[in-house]
Amino acid sequence: MIDPAFIGLESEPRIVDVEAGQLRFFAKATGETSPIYFDEQAARDAGHTALPAPPTFVFSLALAAPAQRGNLFGDMGIDVTKVVHGEQGFTYHRPIHAGDRITLLARIADIYAKKGGALEFVVQETRAINQHGELCCEMRTVTVVRNAA
Amino acid sequence: MTPGERLPDLVHGPITRGTLALFAGASNDHVLFHIDSDFARAAGMEDVFAHGMLSMAYLAQLITHWVPQERLKQWHVRFTAITPLHAVVTCSGEVVELVEPGLVRLAIRCRTDAGVTTLEGEALVAI
Repeated sequence: MIDPAFIGLESEPRIVDVEAGQLRFFAKATGETSPIYFDEQAARDAGHTALPAPPTFVFSLALAAPAQRGNLFGDMGIDVTKVVHGEQGFTYHRPIHAGDRITLLARIADIYAKKGGALEFVVQETRAINQHGELCCEMRTVTVVRNAA
Repeated sequence: MTPGERLPDLVHGPITRGTLALFAGASNDHVLFHIDSDFARAAGMEDVFAHGMLSMAYLAQLITHWVPQERLKQWHVRFTAITPLHAVVTCSGEVVELVEPGLVRLAIRCRTDAGVTTLEGEALVAI
């Protein structure tokens, strides 16, 4: 069982830079066809200040700078081979662009079990704040832990 | 953009080992389930399988190829099945409701060529 005392635990702030090269790599790896996501001029022509981070990219930023506090596979002791990604959500407030420096703050929002503990669920909520102190995106991740029967 | 309107389907794949290797690097997801067949088999899987977030990235394109990204305000999905190697993924969406003036709710999903729904959810889009 995951210790419910982790509920409410906040990660330390994690700072990560949004790099144009990685955005282009992400666009390539996802078969993106819109030039806005790999061509700086096309992005500017569409009203962006630089290459925009696509909608799911905050998830990748979080993976680039794993939390020390409230880390599923670290202090929470969860076996990576037992987890599946259950749900994922995003709420947007401001765009994120290449050149931004993002601070990520995560919180373990909930931990609960189903099927008599055979399945445990960890809900993480992450805020992404830019270099101007503006909230850009909120992300909600539900991870499912499949325990042996 | 009225209820019942369908977004143009977006199709990606077949998903290859190369697709997964590139996405692992590009997305910072280095979980070996998706890139190392030996690891996946030792953990009881048939083989490597696709990252759920790869399909969610495809689903994002369904929306951003339909409206500019800044109109996507909120969305979430449930991952309902894994996406196996070699799958062809079709993303589809439909306007289901005018939530308030200027804001619609979409129902969205990914389905494999085997007919399995792998992601389903909804999105709020400004119109």
